[in-house]
Amino acid sequence: MSDATIDTAQRVLPAADAPAAPAPGYWKSVGQRLLRDPVTIIVTLMLIGILFITLGAPLVTNADPYAGSVLARLKPIGTPGHWLGTDETGRDLWTRLCYGGRLSLLAAILPVTISLVVGGFLGILAGYSGGWVNTIIMRTMDVFYAFPSILLAVAICGMLGNGLTNSILALGVVFIPPMVRVAETVTTQSRSLDFVEAARASGTTTLQIIRHHVLANVLGPILVYATSLISVSIILSAGLSFLGLGVTPPEPEWGLMLNSLRQAIYVQPYVAALPGVMIFVTSMCFNLMSDGLRSAMDVRLNK
Amino acid sequence: MPDIGLAATTTDTPVLQVDDLTVRFKRRNTDVAAVNGASFALRRGETLTILGESGSGKSVSLKALMGLLPGYAQVHGKIWLDGREILGLPAAELAKLRGGAISMIFQEPMAALDPVYTIGEQIAETIVQHEGVDRRTAMQRALGLLERVKIPSPERRLKNYPHEMSGGMRQRAMIALALACSPSVLLADEPTTALDVTVQIQVLLLLRQLQQELGMAIVFVTHDVGVAAEISDRIAVMYAGRFVESGTTREIMRHPQHPYTQGLLASTVHGAMRGSKLETIPGTPPNLASLPPGCAFAPRCRYTRDACRTGDVPVITSPTGAMVRCVRATETVPA
Amino acid sequence: MSAAITLDPRDRGGPAQPLLSVDGLKKYFPVRGGLLNRQVATVQAVDDVSFSVRKGETLGIVGESGCGKSTTARLLMRLMDPDAGSIVFDGDPVGERAGITVNEMRRQMQMVFQDSYTSLNPRMTMAESIAYAPRMHGTPRKEAFDRADTLLAQVGLNPRQYARRYPHELSGGQRQRVNIARALALEPRLVILDEAVAALDKSVEAQVLNLLGDLKSRFNLTYLFISHDLNVVEYMSDRVMVMYLGRVVETGPVEQIYRRPRHPYTRALFASKPTLDPDRRTTEMPLTGDPPNPINPPSGCRFRTRCAFAKDVCAQSAPPLAAPLDGEVADGPPHLVACHLPEAQAAMGANTHA
Repeated sequence: MSDATIDTAQRVLPAADAPAAPAPGYWKSVGQRLLRDPVTIIVTLMLIGILFITLGAPLVTNADPYAGSVLARLKPIGTPGHWLGTDETGRDLWTRLCYGGRLSLLAAILPVTISLVVGGFLGILAGYSGGWVNTIIMRTMDVFYAFPSILLAVAICGMLGNGLTNSILALGVVFIPPMVRVAETVTTQSRSLDFVEAARASGTTTLQIIRHHVLANVLGPILVYATSLISVSIILSAGLSFLGLGVTPPEPEWGLMLNSLRQAIYVQPYVAALPGVMIFVTSMCFNLMSDGLRSAMDVRLNK
Repeated sequence: MPDIGLAATTTDTPVLQVDDLTVRFKRRNTDVAAVNGASFALRRGETLTILGESGSGKSVSLKALMGLLPGYAQVHGKIWLDGREILGLPAAELAKLRGGAISMIFQEPMAALDPVYTIGEQIAETIVQHEGVDRRTAMQRALGLLERVKIPSPERRLKNYPHEMSGGMRQRAMIALALACSPSVLLADEPTTALDVTVQIQVLLLLRQLQQELGMAIVFVTHDVGVAAEISDRIAVMYAGRFVESGTTREIMRHPQHPYTQGLLASTVHGAMRGSKLETIPGTPPNLASLPPGCAFAPRCRYTRDACRTGDVPVITSPTGAMVRCVRATETVPA
Repeated sequence: MSAAITLDPRDRGGPAQPLLSVDGLKKYFPVRGGLLNRQVATVQAVDDVSFSVRKGETLGIVGESGCGKSTTARLLMRLMDPDAGSIVFDGDPVGERAGITVNEMRRQMQMVFQDSYTSLNPRMTMAESIAYAPRMHGTPRKEAFDRADTLLAQVGLNPRQYARRYPHELSGGQRQRVNIARALALEPRLVILDEAVAALDKSVEAQVLNLLGDLKSRFNLTYLFISHDLNVVEYMSDRVMVMYLGRVVETGPVEQIYRRPRHPYTRALFASKPTLDPDRRTTEMPLTGDPPNPINPPSGCRFRTRCAFAKDVCAQSAPPLAAPLDGEVADGPPHLVACHLPEAQAAMGANTHA
């Protein structure tokens, strides 16, 4: 009930004579709203920071991520020269975390990108064409849905053999069905909107309609969903490496590092937890950013 | 508080009296004055229609009476129900009144009825909650209520879920639910707007008949002049959160005094106007976040003069109890 | 008026030829359900509907929800494909080899929808929305936007103030004006108005109705005016078609239909109209119950289940649209009614009040 009331209160606002100043463009107003959201700004800054230390790892550390020292094994946090301590073979953990982020982020973002392209295409196709095209695509996706995502990923990895490429491919396949479903739902919704019908009624071709009316309205929700998938993807890909199905040692990768430091949990619990903290923080940031994007993209919440 | 003519004219005490009700929606950067001093009183068996367009504050007023507004709404004024002041009552007390002494029906019964319970269960639940009777008695009462609102084969309908009923049936079921604890006041928020004409008239006739049998007072909110003419004893016309005119249905329909009421009636299309241009009210309703001083209708009014834009607009009450809030009325209505 | 119509360079058959004629239009929707998503029932949304629209007139289509009036509009625009029936636009069969294509027809026939908000792309400015269709048809950008400004002014919105605004910044009435401008951008000859004023406040509705009247004479338009509001249809239309559960029950000139409705349903519909006179309130229910579900409608005459006059013959065969059985003949366009029973057509309802 109270929702309806809020509605009344808001609806009366635009009824007044409109002011003369032209409104900013859609993406510009999304940007303005993002800038007014402190949480999104903070998590975006944190993600930029994480990107900087991983891509620019040589700038923030001089150590070699592969070179260990038997004498410096499992040093605690705050050790001179190793401010985040060292791992079980005496490699500098800060350096390993920085370099490890490269593979972790790659293994997390690439599958989402694959599913965004493939799943987005299939979903828009299914949603816009409807009929038997829709039935074939959506029923096929339902088959994949029958398996829990981590099981499916493990099964595909098991089939393809372990390694980074295969773990990326496996996760890409895992994310395609949910992406198709989201894309299909929003496309179906926007297809039946009156303005799409109006465009059809004025003789606009299907391709033009998809380009001008459907894509613009579908892309937003899909991008938001993809951002939230990255947070899941980080955890899943780390999980695969943890199980030994993804990146192989001695490559630095957060999931793999978590696995190898697992034995040291009673010796250096804080050090052992650090890769996990990185996974958690990064995943959380992507999740919060997707929330911020979602509300900034909502046209009706303008003001 | 000046007498604005909606006070009960007879000696018996009103079941519902509202004095200077104001509602503001205040949030970070908006301040919407939705209702700006509405006062009225209502006797048993009487129907008052609040007539107004979208954004006039008519629905917000009803929700304020029911205590259904969101937390950021600031509600002021006085509301007496059966002689007891209810504005500012603790939530638990208010919940006891809602669905008991005062109840409400809505435009969309589908949204107001719970989809996971049968009609019978929902009505019985309300009765058990308010009167503490056992389930079987409550179910018997629910059956009686469905008969009362003329739902065919009520035993079967008792076991129906809302989605299994047609729009008209659902609206009847919601009326049955609202009447479950014999309220003294029924609030009706555009209950016939979503219905087809042939069903709308059935619901209006049903409400009239139920009122005669049960004697409750009805506050009916609508934007439709025709519906108002069918259902009301008195009509109060709302504009920008204020009553601009009120009186008996006949007074309002036959001799509207306020320029807004006149415009509203003139722009209500009927067949006799064929071929001629419709009279319209120019412009759009004012922004409730920045109401002009003086008369809110002045920017759209054809009789506007300087006095309309400054200060308080005089309220003129005629001996019959009709009220009009207009500068011009001081000259046209014999005081 | 007819002189002005013959001036239209696109006119083909002269004023006597209907601008639009529809014959045997049919649309059934399958209702699917069960395990294998099999078809379990059929909604007979539009069942054998035939009518024609003369040049320069306004044909009103009136009926309650589920009567098929909006489906008819969508079938005419080919927003969905009909199961059967032919559409002839100014002598040219639509979608047939000998006639014009659907797209050629759409340039001459446009539609305004009920919901002013969802019928505008929220990411496009008003000028972009209006200029969109002409640009897709090859009009240069500058020319299309200039024309959008002109159209905005013609529907009563100052282009300098509104051209660059977005849908959520306008009121419902203003948005509906933009929708009308957009429909006019392709210079159509026929405009379908599907409940175009239903969502507006009464005072705004009157403004838009006046605007529609102005535009009609200014651009020599023909209107198909679809509404559930009996008063608005009476005000706008030259001829009226009453629909019930997917079929036409009565059609004829507006004065005849409103003054002397012959079909029992039409009479009940008019009698249900709220009065504006508090001394002549409705006292009896013209009909009981809701309109039946269009899934598996009654056999024969679809109104028979709610009709006070129904006899055996009504269940056996569907009554054809024919001249009233009382033999009264009036000049002008024919008054047709689909009812078997002379006594049902002759009965006078309580609807004679305005």
